[in-house]
Formats: sequence, structure tokens, C-alpha cells
Amino acid sequence: MSRAIVSIQNVSKLFGSKVVALDDVSLDIEEGEFFALLGPSGCGKTTLLRMLAGFEIPTSGRVMIDGEDMEGVDPNRRPVNMVFQSYAVFPHMNVASNVGYGLKVTGVPRSEIDAQVEEALALVKLDGYEQRMPSQLSGGQRQRVALARALIKRPKVLLLDEPLSALDAKLREAMQLELVRLRNAVGITFIIVTHDQNEALSMANRVAVMNGGRVAQVATPAELYEFPNSRFVADFIGKINLLEATVAGMENGRLLAEAPGLGRVAVPFSGAAHDEIGLAIRPEKIRLDRGEPMEGRLKIRGRVREIAYYGDESHVFIEDGGGIIITANVANDTRTTRGPVSVGDEVWASWAPADTLVLTE
Amino acid sequence: MKTETIAQPVNAVGRAPRLRAKRRILPLEYTRWRSLQVLLAAIFIFLYFPIVSLVAFSFNNSKRNVTWQGFTFDYYVKAYHNAGLHEAFIHSMIIASVSTLVSTIAGAMLGLALYRFRFGLKGFVDGWISLPIVIPEVCMGVAMLAFFALIDFPLGLTTIIVSHIAFSIPFVAVVIRARMAGFDESLEEASRDLGANQLQTFWNITLPYMVPGLVAGALLAFTLSLDDFVITFFTSGPGSTTFPIKIYSMVRFSVTPEVNAASTVLIVLTLTLTVIAMAIQGRSGKHMAAK
Amino acid sequence: MQDWRKNKLAFAILMAPASFWLILFFTIPLAIVWVYSFGGRGPEGQTLIQFSFDNYRRSLEWIHLGIIWKSIVIATITTAACLVLGFPLALAIAFAPSRLKNVLLLLVILPFWTNLLIRTYSWIAVLREKGFLNFGLEWLWNETDWVLTLLGMPDVLGDFQPLRLLYNLPAVVIALIHVQLPFMVLPLYATLEKLDKSFLEASLDLGASQWRTLLSVTVPLAMPGIASGVLLTFILSLGSFLAPDLLGGTEGLMIGNLIAHQFGPSRDWAFGSALSFLIMYTTFIVLWVRSAIASRSEGGVGI
Repeated sequence: MSRAIVSIQNVSKLFGSKVVALDDVSLDIEEGEFFALLGPSGCGKTTLLRMLAGFEIPTSGRVMIDGEDMEGVDPNRRPVNMVFQSYAVFPHMNVASNVGYGLKVTGVPRSEIDAQVEEALALVKLDGYEQRMPSQLSGGQRQRVALARALIKRPKVLLLDEPLSALDAKLREAMQLELVRLRNAVGITFIIVTHDQNEALSMANRVAVMNGGRVAQVATPAELYEFPNSRFVADFIGKINLLEATVAGMENGRLLAEAPGLGRVAVPFSGAAHDEIGLAIRPEKIRLDRGEPMEGRLKIRGRVREIAYYGDESHVFIEDGGGIIITANVANDTRTTRGPVSVGDEVWASWAPADTLVLTE
Repeated sequence: MKTETIAQPVNAVGRAPRLRAKRRILPLEYTRWRSLQVLLAAIFIFLYFPIVSLVAFSFNNSKRNVTWQGFTFDYYVKAYHNAGLHEAFIHSMIIASVSTLVSTIAGAMLGLALYRFRFGLKGFVDGWISLPIVIPEVCMGVAMLAFFALIDFPLGLTTIIVSHIAFSIPFVAVVIRARMAGFDESLEEASRDLGANQLQTFWNITLPYMVPGLVAGALLAFTLSLDDFVITFFTSGPGSTTFPIKIYSMVRFSVTPEVNAASTVLIVLTLTLTVIAMAIQGRSGKHMAAK
Repeated sequence: MQDWRKNKLAFAILMAPASFWLILFFTIPLAIVWVYSFGGRGPEGQTLIQFSFDNYRRSLEWIHLGIIWKSIVIATITTAACLVLGFPLALAIAFAPSRLKNVLLLLVILPFWTNLLIRTYSWIAVLREKGFLNFGLEWLWNETDWVLTLLGMPDVLGDFQPLRLLYNLPAVVIALIHVQLPFMVLPLYATLEKLDKSFLEASLDLGASQWRTLLSVTVPLAMPGIASGVLLTFILSLGSFLAPDLLGGTEGLMIGNLIAHQFGPSRDWAFGSALSFLIMYTTFIVLWVRSAIASRSEGGVGI
């Protein structure tokens, strides 16, 4: 088992006396991981990142990096480096001076700096750009300068603040792959902060979903998607259909519940008993039929209100008599312009009990 | 600005089509109103006539006439050979130089502190340092006079310099603070993240950004000192005349082309410095556009 | 922005030189004058430290009150004239196309960069009896007379009488308007520039005339800038020294000259200090009013 390279222990942060940015956060990040802090704006993820870099100080709790307590340690003496959201490439220095800056200020001899700068630029595929000025570079190129500048210091952890937010869609995808490639080449721990779940899910080994200064769930992307631990996480990651249900009883590892539109259902569940729970289902797990589905499946009957066509799939919005709206993702797997259902059709939406998410929070 | 091309049809008489018609005045284009244009012209004449005529007639080959008698540099030569003017000019240069040096450094430090730090008395300090800019110069002048009299310090170049520094510092502070408002703080954070300490960060990152502001502030302080009359009037002693004061005493006697010549020199000097300051501020904005 | 306590050393170093200078060579001198304002005048003209309101009372005496009153009148006329001239000017610049805008602004500010003394005394050559203005008027007079003579009406106009426009109150007002106009135009321009044009367009769209729009929409919305310009211009005019000194003769003396006189020939520093502080108090009050208006408008009008 790899050792935790970053250990955040019961960290809280208050701004002034009222604004709680972080509320008793504890996280362990393992060496070599590509870790993502994900959440809506204001959830505290950037504050946490800056705390690792040393630009914020915890009101209470500890931050440990590679086993050492970082209390009182200034940013310039920490074994971490940060790539800022605005890249912060020094506009009055050329690329070589930017990349070599961190070595220059720590007293590395000039001859060594030049060699290392060349190496770093090659790593981010900016060979030959030494003499260029930042104003002559595109956004993506400047980001790579910022990366080279940070990586040349051989930090134990690289922190990236919203690395893809300033890039356009095409460049974003390319950069996602690039970041993963870099990490694999260099082998150090990457921690990124993002509000975009696609970035987090596609790049990271593990993701911490944050909300209101707390960590809602820490898990791999697949676990987060298929086994969210709360309504918030289920709703934040991907799309979800949520039905509130009352619990009738529990038996044999199954939960008996009653929900409007759904009726009485039994779903697999092995947690503690609750009076009210949320039953949730991912849209792509729903099947649409004109005839009533067979026994054993959870089903709702309704009328198709709206269809959003996306080319590779369609999102079908179904409304039952009682005002509940279910979204189903239907793959367009045959070549036809007529979809499987049309607006106004009466359909049954159904899914397997095992696919149902039971959310207690 | 779009100009509609209206081609008028060729009528029966065979006139050629007009290719460019005047665009209708939009409701908010006040500047195109004839009445406003006349007013603007009148105001600009009002603003410029006295100064322009002063400059123009410094070349007039006549002592007092308002009619043009011929172009000459005579009065410039005369002014140049005027020992009193000469001495006053040198005094002004010395005073301005020393004042600029001290006030730029002190004012820049103050501006930087106000930009960077939050502290309880900040509102009060903001108001306090704006006082030298706002209060009538007479009030400040007599205050300096009273001060020097109380401590029994003779009036002369030193007292002038001290007073000039006092009223220049707030101006420089304002310029620096405005310059720093556009500074991207993440540059400093990046520097510290990469291993630099506070001093290194200041020297490598903050100071290069400040430089255009420093130059502009210095030029401003220089022109303020060079141009000052009222405060200098109260703090100068015998033998410490400045250029504006000398011009004043000459004007009290009579307005001659020689005085106008000396004034024109001063105008050209301060305008040149101000234009350079503006150019630096404008150009640097593009080069170090941080945010 | 950091809290100063996080970096006390840097904070102290940065604030020290300027604070030291401004306390020693600005605040203390003003404090001395303030103390003097309550003082008295000794037999040899030295200043006695005492506490009395005599000097302030003296300033309200008839002769002095006259000058104070005149100063206020001059400052008021100047401010009003600057407003009447400056508002259309600022309006025209704010709504000008962008290339023209910068040029016009520059033209307005340029005189501001020339020496105050020079700007002031340049009016002497214009306003004196044989100055440019009278020269031009005389020429006009004579030409009109010539035209009238041609039309068969000789001797309708008598001899030309030059206007007496120097060494009196009008001269001071004219010169002050000339000097203060940029101070009125700049705040006005700043406010008008930031104004959301769609308010004016909405007013016009709803059927109001240009004039009505100006009075009901433009002026009220620009009020903070107007207030700022008016107060600034008034204060600066009130404390003028050079214009009344060079152009006012005996008729156009203002408080500034009276103060200078006390510190000069009259050798009554205590009285001069009191007068000086009368202006200071007025300045403080005006500044306070200005910031009160500014903060109120920021809270009130949610543009």
C-alpha cells in the first residue's frame, strides 16, 4: 500500500468570524496518484489547494506533506509547486527565464539551469521556445510554460488550479491527455482542482467531491458514479432521476419502499434502516417499452413530453400522471431518423432493482 | 462608423447620382449638434488664446504693442543673458531634482503600502495624505512659513525643498497605487511558490512592474516642483528665487516679451516632461498588461 | 491585500519615510497655525500663544467680512460659470466618437499642465486697455461704423471706449474660470462617460424631448459628478491667490491675499492663521459633504 504523501487532518478554515470555507476536512492522498478536488464554486476546493501550497493557513487542523507537518512552513520552502489558474507566467521574462526562475532564486549555478530548462521544455513539448516572450505565446503554450516551470523544481506534489477552464473545448481534450501523459512520465502526485466533473472523472484516479466546505465522498470515478453516497453526489456527478420514497420495511437484504408513481418496490439494500430514502436511477439504465415490462423490474408509466436529440443519443423526458418527470437516455444504435419513441407516446420506463441507488443522505 | 451609400436615381434632367449622403444624426450624438460645436470652439478659443498669444508674442519684435511687428528671437537672447533668470532657473532645477528623488522614493513606498496592506486606520490615512493635494496652497504655504519661523530655520533652498517634498509625496503615492491596482497578484504567489523569498520576489517581479509608475510619478513630482509658485513664495528667502518666482516679480513690474520668452521656455519644458510621462504610462500598459 | 499584522516589518518600513515626512513637515506646521489662530499679536509683531477667539471674531469685522464675502461671491460666480460652460463640454466629449474623445480630452487638459502663474498673467495682455480684447473690439467697432457710414448713417457710433477689464473683479472671475474649467469638466466627464446610455435612449424612446431628457434623466443621474465638480471648483476658487493678486487690483482682493498680507507686511500671524483656518474648515466641510453625497449615491442608485 502506498504511503499517504499528503495528509489533511481535521482542517477547518474560517475567514473573518463568519465565513466557513472548510469544515473539519480530512483527506489522505497517496503517492503517485492523480487526485481531483471536485465541487461547485464556493465549496472550498481552491482554499484547500492553496492551503497545501502554503498560501492559506488552517484555522485548525494539520496539513502533512510527506510525513512532515507544514505548520509555519512558507510556500517557498515546501516540496510542492503550483500551476495557477491564470498560469501567472511572468510577462517581463522570456520562456527560459520563466522556467529557470525557481532554480535561479534558490542559488542553482547558471550552467546547470540552462541544461535543466532545456530538459523541462522538451518534456512539455516546447523545445526551442526559450527566447520567446509570453505575449507571443498562446494560452495553451503559456500553460505549458507554467507546467515546465513548476516541474523543473521536482516537487513531490504538483498542484493545478482549474487547469483546463481557460482553454477552448478542442484544446481542453488534448490537454487532458497531455496532463495524464506528463504525470506518467514524471511519476509524481498530481492534485487538481476543478468544477468540471468530466475533467475530474476522465483524468483522476480518485476524486474528492466537496460541498459547502466538507468532503462529501472520496472514491474512484466509477465508484462515485455508480455508488454515490448522498443525493448531492448522485446529482452532482452525471445526471440522475431522484424519487423520494417512504420505507415500509426491510427483509432478507432488501428494502421495501413506496414511492409515488412507482408504487411498492423492493430493492437490494444492506445499510441501516431509515424512514425516508431517495431512490435514484441513472438515465442510461432505463429502458423504454410500449408494453408493460415483465415482473421484477421497477417501472413507471407516463407520456413522452420532450425529446432532446444529441446525435449519438437522445434524452427522453417522460411525465407520469402525478407530475413526476423521468429522464431516460436512449442510444441511437440504428441508423434511422425516426427515434424509438415520439412526443406524446404512452410508454413504460423500467429498470432493474439492482441498478437502483438507495440514498439515505 | 457606417456611412450609408445612397445612390440617387438619375432624374429626367440627367444629373449624375450623388454617391455619398450625409448620415442622419443619431439621438445621442450630441457632439454633432451645431450649437455644441460652436460652444466647444468658443471654449477652446477661450482656453487657448491667452497662452497662445503669450507664446506667439514672445517672438514679437516690439515691447508692448498688440500688433505684430516682426519675428525675432531677441527677447529669448535677452532672457538667456538675464542673470537673475539664470540663477532662478538653476535653483529651480536643483530643487526639483532633490524633491523628485526623495518624494518618489517615499511616495512609492507609501503607495505600495496602501496597495498591499489592510489596516484599521486606512480610511483616515487615505484622507490625511490627500490633504496636501486638496487644501488651498496659501494655507499650506503659511503653515510651512510658521513652522520654519518657530524652529528658527532660515528660509532658503532647503526650506523650499522640504515643502516641495511634502506636497509631492501624496501625488506619487496616488500614481503608484493606481499602477499597482492592475497588478496580477498570482505573479507574486508564483514567485514564492517557486522558492523566492520576499525580497527576491519584490526585486524580480514587483519592482519591474512598478517601474513605469515610478517614472510617471517622478516626472509628475518634477513638474509639480518646477511649476510651483504659491508655496515656494512663502518658503523662499533672499537668494533662493525660483524660476516661477522670478517670472512673478518681472510680471509685477511689467509684462514684456522677455518675460513671455522665459514663460514659454517653462511651458515647453513642463509640457515635454508631461507628454513623456503620459507616453510611458500608455506604452507600459500594453507591455506589462498583467491582468 | 494582506492584513498588516501578517508582515509588520514590511509594513513599517514602507510607511515610515512618507509618514515621517508628512507628520513633521505637514501636519505639525498645520497644527502650529491652528494654535496660532487662537493666539495674539505682541507689541513687536511676534505671536503670543494664548487661547481666545479674538482672531476669529476679528475676521467677522466689517472690513474683513467684506473681503470674505467677496471671495465667496467670486468663487460662486466662477463655479456657476464653469458649470454652465463645463456641462455641455463634458456632454459633448462623453458622447463623442472614441478617436475624437481622446483628442478633445487632451485639449481640455493641456492648459492645465501649463504653469498656473503663466496661465494667470497671460490674461493681462488680453484684458488691459491696450490689450487683445479691446484691440479686437475696437476693430469691430470701427468696421461697424464704416459699414453704417456707407449705409448713410455716419456718427451713429461715437468714439470707441475700451472696456475696463483689468485690475478689478471681472478680471479675477475671468481668469479663475479659465483656470478652474478643467476641474469642473473632468469629474463631469468621468460621470457622464460611465453613464449607461440606455437610460437616455429609453427616455427618448418613451417620447421625451432632448431637453426634457437632459433635465429629467441625464442631470439627476450625473448628480454625483456634478456635485463633485462643483464642490471641488468652489473650494479651489475660494483659496485663490495668484489671480486676485495679479489681476484684481484693489477691488478684487480675496481671502488668500488677505492671509498673505498678514504674514507679510501686516505681521499679524495670529490673525492670518485664523483666516487660514477659516478656509481650512470650509474645505473640510465641503469635502465631508462631497464624500457624503458620493457614498449615498453609491448606495442609492443601483446602476
